[in-house]
Amino acid sequence: MKSTSADSYHNMLRIRRFEERVLELFPRGLFYGTTHTYIGQEANAVGVLDWLEDGDIVVSNHRCHGHFLAYGGSMHGLAAELMGRSTGICGGRSGSQHLQWGNFYANGILGGTIPVAVGMAFAVKERTPGSVVFAFMGDGTLGEGVVYESLNMASLWELPVLFILENNRYAQSTPIALHLAGDISKRFDAFGIRTGHIDSTDVDQIKAASEDLIASVRSGKGPHALIIDTYRFAPHSKGDDVRDPEEIAQYRLQDPLTIQKVKLTPTELEAIEKEVMDQVEQAFTMSEKDPMADPGTMTAAVDESA
Amino acid sequence: MTTVLDALNSGIRKSMKHSPDVYLLGEDILDPYGGAFKVVKGLSSEFPDRVITTPVSEAGIVGLGAGMALRGLRPVIEIMFGDFLMLAADQLINHAAKFRWMSNDRVSVPIVVRTPMGGYRGYGPTHSQTLEKHFLGAAGLRVIAVNTLVSAERVLSQAILEDDDPVLCIEHKLLYPQPLFVAGHEFEIQQLGGRYPWSVLRIAGAPRVDITFVAYGYMAEIGREAMVKLAYEHEIFSEMVVPTQISPFALEPLLESARQTGKVLAMEEGSLNLGWSAEIAARLLESLGPGVEFGRVAARNMPIPAAARLEEIVLPQVEDIYSSALKLAQR
Repeated sequence: MKSTSADSYHNMLRIRRFEERVLELFPRGLFYGTTHTYIGQEANAVGVLDWLEDGDIVVSNHRCHGHFLAYGGSMHGLAAELMGRSTGICGGRSGSQHLQWGNFYANGILGGTIPVAVGMAFAVKERTPGSVVFAFMGDGTLGEGVVYESLNMASLWELPVLFILENNRYAQSTPIALHLAGDISKRFDAFGIRTGHIDSTDVDQIKAASEDLIASVRSGKGPHALIIDTYRFAPHSKGDDVRDPEEIAQYRLQDPLTIQKVKLTPTELEAIEKEVMDQVEQAFTMSEKDPMADPGTMTAAVDESA
Repeated sequence: MTTVLDALNSGIRKSMKHSPDVYLLGEDILDPYGGAFKVVKGLSSEFPDRVITTPVSEAGIVGLGAGMALRGLRPVIEIMFGDFLMLAADQLINHAAKFRWMSNDRVSVPIVVRTPMGGYRGYGPTHSQTLEKHFLGAAGLRVIAVNTLVSAERVLSQAILEDDDPVLCIEHKLLYPQPLFVAGHEFEIQQLGGRYPWSVLRIAGAPRVDITFVAYGYMAEIGREAMVKLAYEHEIFSEMVVPTQISPFALEPLLESARQTGKVLAMEEGSLNLGWSAEIAARLLESLGPGVEFGRVAARNMPIPAAARLEEIVLPQVEDIYSSALKLAQR
């Protein structure tokens, strides 16, 4: 394991406090558009991306803040992007769900990112073998047909991609019982993709469960998948939660932060909490003072005559 | 005799020779089959590691291509029939066409998606359509249409090797066996622009120009026939403006001709409603005011029937162009 329990707690807390601040500030009108927070699912990205190496690629979806921060993205860049500032990670063009930075790519169309991730894995296999593409998706994504086209090609051509299926048991407002037939892992089995499954919110367990799969993808053994049963504590977007509060309370007992906390000393916890809160404070305060996105920087999409 | 098909094949071959980053993917493209329309025949034998036959997954392979392009390769994707593009519309419009711009121009997506389009072959409602209109105007996507007036080899190889934006290349099925156009004694041709040129075709030695045609792709072939007929039978002299890039498009070469003639006939094989020629009309009106007489020839607003007798009625014919031009010229 590359990171200590304290490091992972720190990385999860960055996501949690950032997202809490987003939901808290939304009513103040600081953001424009919408957002999908990662609260409750932090252990997934932090655990899996613990094995990230230089040259690896992360492909994410609409719920991308957590993946982005776990990848090492800047809180200030993300906060500024959400606020439509010129200092945003994409200059205000991408907003919440189309982040691109380094080898991190997100797009807001469910499932559409999966063939793109497989294409990146194709390029990796041809040009930079030894690197891994991490492709995040959710249970809702399993309703999209292009996902199965992608699993087929990834397996057929033995491409170095790890599919991380975050099963948070809801597609927006629709519970899994109403949108998914059959078994999730059998979907991957059908394409000959080796699949791990973990029902845990313990980041150290998720790290352990993904280690071997990632090493295997890295060594050229083709695509693998990891199914993580999880839960989001906050609404799908903001203020659009129709789930039973008791159900949410039940899952909150398995809060990944609570589970991780007991592994740390009070002094460690206090230091991490302070550091993260300072970072969040700084990210949002700076962003609020940053200049608005600059219309002068908007380039043409494609030229009329090339 | 070099046909459009030969030229396209050669454009891909030369691109693959020139750059190891060029990959070709599509359904049924391996030799000896060589693709449904044989455009890529021979390439899998010459570049066995870079020509990849794929599952029947149009959305999947266009998305795959976008991912490859984002990571430094230059994929060319063949979609077997233009009608099947609709399966890949999300990948083209929401993914390939958006990544560069969304990333604040940090990344690029040099992918070429090429496909045979169009009717006149009796393939019926779902294998004969002219569907590019659904992609015209999609922000971040360039749409080009090959024609016999420009070098299809050069146009395609430049799209593959030099264009860092996603390009949708429309190839009319009936153009494949056509020879590349040589002006001869009947026509004069002028070429404008860079990577994707405009052509202006004129009747050689015409004393004046009475009417402007504007057409792309295969419609320029039947437009040319109508030009000859109008000149011989009625001494109506036309010139035809033929863009290679159809979206987004610059208007200047067309405006220049329209200013002279004051009469423009736009033609397209797609259905009449809400199409490319309507955009031409709007832009002409905006630029030149109501002084220009305008007409258009297009397919009827109905699915394309399989029976020859019915297909002929639905798709635009030389006669339709001829009679519309006559009416416009005599107005």
